[in-house]
Parts: sequence; C-alpha cells; structure tokens
Amino acid sequence: MAPILKLIAQRLALGVLLLLAVSVLIFAGTQILPGDVAQSILGQSATPQALANLREAMGLNDPAYVRYFKWLGGVLTGDLGTALSSGQDIATSIKGRLWNTLFLAFWAAIVSVPLAIILGLLAVRYRNGFVDKLISGLALASTSLPEFLIGYVLVFFFAVKLQWFPGISTVYEGMPFGQRMQAIALPATALTLVVLAHMMRMTRAAILNVMQSAYVETAELKGLSAFNVIRKHAFPNAIAPIINVVMLNLAFLIVGVVVVEVIFVYPGMGQYLVDHVAKRDVPVVQAVGLIFAAVYIGLNIIADIAAIIANPRLRHPK
Amino acid sequence: MANLATPSDNLLDIRNLRIEAKVYPPGEEPRNITLVHDVSLTLKKGKVLGLIGESGAGKSTIGLSSLGYGRGGVRITGGQVFINGRDILTSGKSGIRKLRGREVCYVAQSAAAAFNPAHRLMDQVVEASLLHGTGTRAQAEKRAVALFKKLSLPDPENIGKRFPHQVSGGQLQRVMTAMALCSEPDLIVFDEPTTALDVTTQIDVLAAIKDAIRDTGVAALYITHDLAVVAQVSDEIMVLRHGRLVEWGGTRQIIKEPRQEYTNQLVSVHEITHEEQKPGTTPFLSVKNVTAAYGGGAVKVLKNVSVDIYPGQTLAVVGESGSGKSTLARAVTGLLPPLEGNVTFAGRPLANRLADRTKDDLRQLQMIYQMADVAMNPRQTVGTIIGRPLEFYFGMRGKQRDARVAELLDKIEMGKGFIDRYPAELSGGQKQRVCIARALAAKPKLIICDEVTSALDPLVAHGILELLLELQKEEQVAYLFITHDLATVKSIADSIAVMYRGEVVRYGSKSEVLKPPFDAYTELLLSSVPEMEIGWLEKAIKGRRMESAGN
Amino acid sequence: MLSLTRIPLGAVIGLIFTTLFLLTAIFAPLIAPYGLGEIVGQVWEPSSANFLLGTDNLGRDLLSRMIYGARTTIFIAVLATALSFSLGSILGFTAAVVGGWFDMIMSRFVDLLMAIPTLIFALVVLSVLPTNIFVLIMVMGILDSTRVYRLSRAVAVDINVMDFVEAAKLRGEGRRWIIFREILPNALSPLVSELGLRFIYSVLLLSALSFLGLGVQPPAADWGGMVKENKDGIVFGIPAALIPAAAIAALAISVNLVADWVLNRTTDLKGGRGNG
Repeated sequence: MAPILKLIAQRLALGVLLLLAVSVLIFAGTQILPGDVAQSILGQSATPQALANLREAMGLNDPAYVRYFKWLGGVLTGDLGTALSSGQDIATSIKGRLWNTLFLAFWAAIVSVPLAIILGLLAVRYRNGFVDKLISGLALASTSLPEFLIGYVLVFFFAVKLQWFPGISTVYEGMPFGQRMQAIALPATALTLVVLAHMMRMTRAAILNVMQSAYVETAELKGLSAFNVIRKHAFPNAIAPIINVVMLNLAFLIVGVVVVEVIFVYPGMGQYLVDHVAKRDVPVVQAVGLIFAAVYIGLNIIADIAAIIANPRLRHPK
Repeated sequence: MANLATPSDNLLDIRNLRIEAKVYPPGEEPRNITLVHDVSLTLKKGKVLGLIGESGAGKSTIGLSSLGYGRGGVRITGGQVFINGRDILTSGKSGIRKLRGREVCYVAQSAAAAFNPAHRLMDQVVEASLLHGTGTRAQAEKRAVALFKKLSLPDPENIGKRFPHQVSGGQLQRVMTAMALCSEPDLIVFDEPTTALDVTTQIDVLAAIKDAIRDTGVAALYITHDLAVVAQVSDEIMVLRHGRLVEWGGTRQIIKEPRQEYTNQLVSVHEITHEEQKPGTTPFLSVKNVTAAYGGGAVKVLKNVSVDIYPGQTLAVVGESGSGKSTLARAVTGLLPPLEGNVTFAGRPLANRLADRTKDDLRQLQMIYQMADVAMNPRQTVGTIIGRPLEFYFGMRGKQRDARVAELLDKIEMGKGFIDRYPAELSGGQKQRVCIARALAAKPKLIICDEVTSALDPLVAHGILELLLELQKEEQVAYLFITHDLATVKSIADSIAVMYRGEVVRYGSKSEVLKPPFDAYTELLLSSVPEMEIGWLEKAIKGRRMESAGN
Repeated sequence: MLSLTRIPLGAVIGLIFTTLFLLTAIFAPLIAPYGLGEIVGQVWEPSSANFLLGTDNLGRDLLSRMIYGARTTIFIAVLATALSFSLGSILGFTAAVVGGWFDMIMSRFVDLLMAIPTLIFALVVLSVLPTNIFVLIMVMGILDSTRVYRLSRAVAVDINVMDFVEAAKLRGEGRRWIIFREILPNALSPLVSELGLRFIYSVLLLSALSFLGLGVQPPAADWGGMVKENKDGIVFGIPAALIPAAAIAALAISVNLVADWVLNRTTDLKGGRGNG
C-alpha cells in the first residue's frame, strides 16, 4: 500500500501548490488595470488628497507582493477582507451564499449523475441503435445551448404558462425544506440539463472503451451472461473513468451555476460574484474567484485520486 | 431432419460455414463482405487441427465460430456448427452460454490483454468452472494448481494469488492455457498463442501447451500463421486463404508432400539461396566499442559493441526484444549519440550527433523501418516520397526526377502507375517496397533494415527479402539487417552478430557463427527457431542448456 | 474530388445555416428593416406585419436588432477565435518541435491558466478592466488559446515521433521542411475541426458575459445582451428573450454539425486523397 499512499500524497501536495499558484494568478489578474482600487471607489472626480488617504488606509502604497502576502495570510486565517461597495465582512456574506450554491449544485448532481450513467449504459447497450443516436444527437445539441436558453425556456413553460414552480428562486434562512426544494426545482433542472448530455456522452465513451477490451471478450467466451460480464468484468474497470467523467462534469457545473443563479435570481455565490464584478468590488471578486477555483481544483484532484485507487497496478505493485 | 445430419463420433463438425461482416469504408455506403466461404471441417475427440493462413485468411473467425462468437460486426450467415452432435447455431443464447467455458474454451493471442487487470489470476482461472458447476471452488483451485504445475509455471501454489500485471507475458500465456483447461472442456481454440512471444519463450510455451493437450486428452483448434509451429502440435493441418479452404491433410502430408501450389509456397518460404560472401579486407563502416544509454546514461542498452560492415555485404544483427539491436541502429544513424566509442565511415570518424553530420554522410546511410505505413507521410504521393531524396541530395527536378522515380519504381517491381498513389492506397508489401525505393534513391552505401519483414505475411516477406538481395547485387549496397528471426538471417546474411542484453555475444561470418561449438545463448536462440520437422520440438527441448529469458 | 452527394444531411444543414448567419452578419445594414437603436413601436409588441419578431423592451424592432446582433456576436467571436487560434497553434507547434525549457514553461503556464474555469477567470479580469470590444476580444482570445495550445501541441508531438518524420530528419531536412511539409499537413484536419469548436465556445462565452452585463455594452447589442434586455418580459409570458437565445443555439449547432463532419472524415492519419 505504501506506493499508492505516496502517489496520493504527491497528488494532494501538487493540488495545494496549484492552488497557491492560482491565488497568485487571481491576485495578479486584478492588478492589471490602469489606475487602482481607490480610484474606482471614489470615482474620477475624487480629490488627490482623498485618494491618498484612502490608499494609505487600504495599504495600497505597499508593493504588490506585500499586498498579496497580506491577502493570502488573511485568506488562510479565514479573513477574506471587507467589501468595498458595502463595507461588510466578505466571509460573513459568503457563508450563507456558499451554502445555497452547494445546496443547488448538490441536488443537480444527485439527479444528473445517476441519470447520465444510466443513459450512458443504455446508449452502450443499444449501440448504434435509435436510443444511442437520439442520445448522441441530444448531446451534440446541448453542448451548443447557452444556459440561459434552457433556463428561460423552463421559466417560460413551467413558471409562466403552467405555473408549477416559481420563476424566481427566493430562499431565506429557516425556510422549510419542502418550500426550498420547490424554489430550486427549476434552477436545479436547468443545471442538470446543462451537464447531463456531456456527462452522458463521456460515460458512454468510457464504458464502450472497457466493453471493447479483450478481457470482456474472454469473459463472454467463458459463458458469462451479459449482466455478469458487466458486473464482474466491465464495472470494476469502468469505475475509475466514470468517476473521472463525473468529477469533470461537476466542475462544469460550477461554471453553469454562475449563469443559472443570475437567471433565477438565486442568492448564491454566482450571483454574488457577478454583482460585484459589475460594481468593480475587487476584494469580493478575488475571494469568490478563489473559492470557485479551489472547488474546481478539488474536484479534479478527487478524479485523479479515484483513478489512482482504482488502478490495480498501483494497488498491487510487482 | 437435424437428427439425420447429426454426425456420430466427431466432436466438432463444421459444415459449409459462411461468415460475413459489414464494413464501413469512409465516405462510402456500408457494405457486406464475406470473410469465410463455405468452409467445412471435422475434428475428433483428443485430436489437434492446425488452421494456417496469412492475415485475412479467416482462420480466427472460423475458430471463434466454434464458440458461436463473432468479433465486432462479424455474423455467421450460413452453415452449421455441431459440437458433441448439437448444432450450436440453433441452440439460442442460453445454449451457447452453456457451451462456452464448459465444452469449448478459448486461448487468446495476447494473454496480457485477455486477463482482467482488476482480478487475481486464480479467480479468473476458476471462474468458468464455478459458473458451469464443474466442481466446488476448492476442487477447481486444486485442478488449477495441478495445471500450473503441468504447465511448469514457477511457484504453482501461489501464482494464482497474483494479478495479471505481476506476471510475465510467457507465463501469462500459460496461465491462460490453464484457465482454458481448468473447466475440463472437450475443445480448446488456441488463437496464435505464441505469436507475441520471443522465440526462446515461445518454445517453452509451445512445449507446455503440447504436453497439456496430450495429458488431458482435450481436442484443439490451433490457429497460427507459422507453419513450423503448427507442425509441432497438430495431427492435421488445414490451409486457408481469403476465407477459402486450400488444402487439408495430415501434418506429414502437408509439410512433406503439399498438393497445392499455395501450400508449397508456404512450406518453402524460407528457402532463399544466397551464397555467403567472404568479408573483404577493409570494412567501410566500423562500430567501435560503442556504449549507449537512454535517460542521460541511466539505462545502458548497448555495452561496448563493435562490428564491421563490408561493401556490398549484409551484416545481420539478431537478438530478442530488449537485446539492444534497434538501439545499435539508432547509434549508427546518430539519433542516439553514443556515450563512448564511435562509428567510422570510409576510414574517418563519423560525427556522433545527427545534426553534426554532413549531407553526404547522411546520404550514404539510409534506413528502412518495420512499419512501412508510418514510415511514409500519409499526405505525400509515392512520387513525392521517392522523389524527395533525389531533389534533396542531387538537386534533380522536373522530368529528370520523374524519370528516375519511374526507374526506381521499376526496380522494386512496381509500375509507373503508382507515382500518384498515396500510401493508404498500397498493400503492406507495396508500402515496404516504396520505402526501399526511397532509400535506394539516395544511392547509399549502407541501408539499415530494422525488422523490415516482421510485420509482413511470410510470402510477402519472402518477396521483400528476394528483392533486397537482388538490389544488393545490382547496386552494391550493404545492409545492416536487424531482426529477431533467425530463419531470415540464415537466408540473407554474410556475417552475423548475436546480441543479448546489450552485448554482442557472438560475431563472425555466417558460417562461423552457425557452426558449433556454440555459446549458451546462441545455442538457445538457434535451438528455439521452429523447424518444419515433425518431432523437432521434443528434440529441441531435450537438448537445451540455458533457461529462456521468459523464465 | 469533393462531391456534394457524399456530405451527410446534418452537415449540409449545418453548412447552409452557417452561411446564412455569416451573410446576415456581413450585410446587416442592407437587410435590417429598421435602425439599430430606432424606437419604432410600443414596448414588447407581438409579431406583426411591420415587426416580424415583434418589438423589444424599449419598443425597438426585434428583427432589426437580431440582424445587427448577429453582426456584433459573429464579429467578436470570429476575432477572438482568430486570436486564440493563431496564438495557441503557433505556441503549441513551437513547443512541440523545439521542446526543452520553452515547452516546459509554456505547458506549465497553460496548466495553471486552465486550473481556473474560463468564465470565472474572465469575470475576475473584467472586474478591473474597462468593458469594451477590444478588451473582450483580448480576454476571450487569450483565455481560450490555452485549449488550442494543448491540442496543437499534442497533435504535433504525436506526429513528431512518427517514423516518417524521423526519416526526414535522418535525410537531413531542415526544421522548416519538417514543420510545414511533414507535420502541418497531417495536423490540419484535427485543427480545422477544433476551429469550429473554438468558435462555438467563443460565441457561448461572449453571450454569457453579455447576458451577465459584462460583455457588449448598450446601446450596441449582441444576442447575449438582448437576452438580458428582454429577460424581464418572460415572467409576463413575453418570449422576446427566447429569440436571441435560440439564435445563439442555432448558430452553435450549425457550426457544430459542420465541425463534427470535418472531424469524422479525418480522424485518422490514413487518407491522403480528398482531404488535403
């Protein structure tokens, strides 16, 4: 077991390193503008004295790397700074929103992952048949659909015409579970549809790859039933690629969440980010950007570790 | 009706088998092609029938039909397959499942791919027995261990606890044979079980398979393209070509008195008459004490190698995979600059690095590759491929160049009509010929041939070898001929270097190298090359002094 | 020879619609019945003889705005794709052939950029940069070039180790011949199909940014921005916002169909004829 633990530790360390590098990149990304934050807070008409005072107060006179390490130090101790536009503590504002976003993404994942795997299996089972062609056609179409088309079509039919669900997903603290579920029904559906087709297509490819291997033929030639061939021989080898597919698509889901939250005016991280980009509220953008990147990197690490664990060559070295 | 047709004492009885497949040529309508045309055969209990033919002969397809299986889009569209008197093609899905792994088992070419990487060997070996209820797990495992012993696998008690990737290729092939035998079937289909192995490993596996067949009394269909191999294990041989039966007879009759011209060609394929030339006084190319390594000196793959090549002669470098023979070629060409030692050409040292060599030095050394289809740019026509060296080295253009290309095409026995063809539109043998023409176009002193015939069917390979010898006479070109196949070496070499683990273990003129007394490795290598002789296998195994690399 | 009958139906439809969209973009001022910002009717009028698609949230003709929107959307997406493609493929090819430290540094930097979702990083950068078309094209083009870089590097690395390239090197050919005569012709087909996919991605990214109010700014409008303008009508049952959204989908699907066909025809390195 030792080499495999070493590999996992290496992968984790690499992830931490990557996250650090990403934090540098995000910080640098907000430093490329002409002018500075003080200018954008006070506007063009600000007096030089007021600008100088604010710069002093915010520590903007320090060189960029000093500010970066101050910022990083804050992030590591849970202090994300204060929002320029409202003066509120960012960590406090984010807490509830992060929970809301995770709640939405969780339900979208709960629906889309099993659905994608089942449909992917069906596509393999009826390969080149009608179901398969339909599924790959839908997949092609859905990679071309903007999220807001899916979102507004859902709103138009299910919120406006049929009035089954609210078109605006208001949630608040202490909201009963049932009501909350009803509120997120449409955004969760939209998110599901955004990732479903892609996940299905990749699942299909992963399973197909395993099903065409020589050891599956060997199993068939032993007289195993189709079900047992899949259960005993295909599945143990397909699980790593499928986890990989799922994780990659959950990472897509993060991007989808930004637009979907705006469509449904859902009080989550995406909405929060977009609002503060428009307000040019750099500390908030940095903090939220970093959190999104961290989740994205985290999912990729999980995918890699799953692949490492599922590989018998690494589990049972020579 | 079916009862009347039921044969009595034949274990396997295939009648008028017809197999088709749907192919999807790019940009064209899918169409049906027939892979097997009305082939019939019978096999009695405990007998071995060898199916032999070149690629595309339909031998694997026929073999798999006895399991009611078609690979990919392959469909059995006509005929009957009787096993133990039952027509399996009409027995339905569950009938076929009961047959597979119980009455008929399969041994694949690449055991490394055919074992599930996720399960231990023992679990896979006994799986079919447990599935079909031929004993408890303990009984099946006991049988498996006995079979491991019979197949002379190391540590038979414990090898089953390993995973496939923890076992070498030759051993895995034997484990697969044990897996097929474990459920005590009546028939085993061996599909090229030794083709992917090195010669010295092949002989062990072959002997193990033969013993196991004899001792268990199982019948077998043994599929291979190598007549010498099949002659060792079969009672009867069936020769197939393009999905049709060519000849079917007892092993002795097929290899001693073939009745069909095609069989005769297969039997006499290695017989090339080539008179050995005595080494001249001065070699034009000498490899002197070359040591080379990959990874900046970490893995030494060539150790202190010295060989000479004389004008217009052939030096064959022979060895198994990992012997360093291809690395020698890379060192000579400058692709892998040696760590120590050097290569002299026409009496002066040749720059070690490719980039430091003059254009004329590059011209003098040309190369032909094993895989002709990746050795040519798929987007260039034959005319460009052969014409480019003419342009590049001799500045030939226009008509002059075209005339020379036509001349070269003529030399390789292909017509002018091929000038505008793309590589994808040529057959395997034609591709290799174009590569030869490209090398010749540079008017080199030496052509390095890296396993140039090993990807080709025997008859095509034979044609290429004859062409190379003829061109050598005409053009006075020397060959550095790298191969794992001793039969080829015997046909064309003037001198031979035997390589083993990066070193030259035996070197000299052909007659010297092939004359006893031998060193241990050369003897092993020589004794491992299958000969078309009944009883050769037993003789070879008895006379061995050295364990093969696979063990 | 390319014969029309051998193109599958999907690809034909894709080609026709892609051409239509392109023509609309090019000749927008000639086709549009009304001006871009011209207020010609009531707010959100339904479809009528005067206004084929109805009017928008300010009473402007939706069809005219769709036509001008096509121009903006396609113009920005084309330029961003051109940028990402030339940047990505040149760097990717160079990295593959040159190798060494250049390859090392470029590849690690691209890995780093790709560790952040494109939309998120675009938002981060746009929070400080002025929002204009030039900035949009630069940001979209540079961020997307990472994908082109990866693909072209991978393709070139694959081809670079093939025997026919080695044969050319052994012949003594220079780097120019090897890149342009040996590698490029074989790398072309996957790259052409990737071009289509990158264009779709640019269209979708631009639309998302504009929809979030961070892309094309009013009074100019691209399709994403038009969805934003008209989205409030949805809750009143007015589908004006769905029209530009559907147009984005239609454009993306058409290009996808063409790209898919190109890819399927030439996935392997075998064919020499008909796709050079």
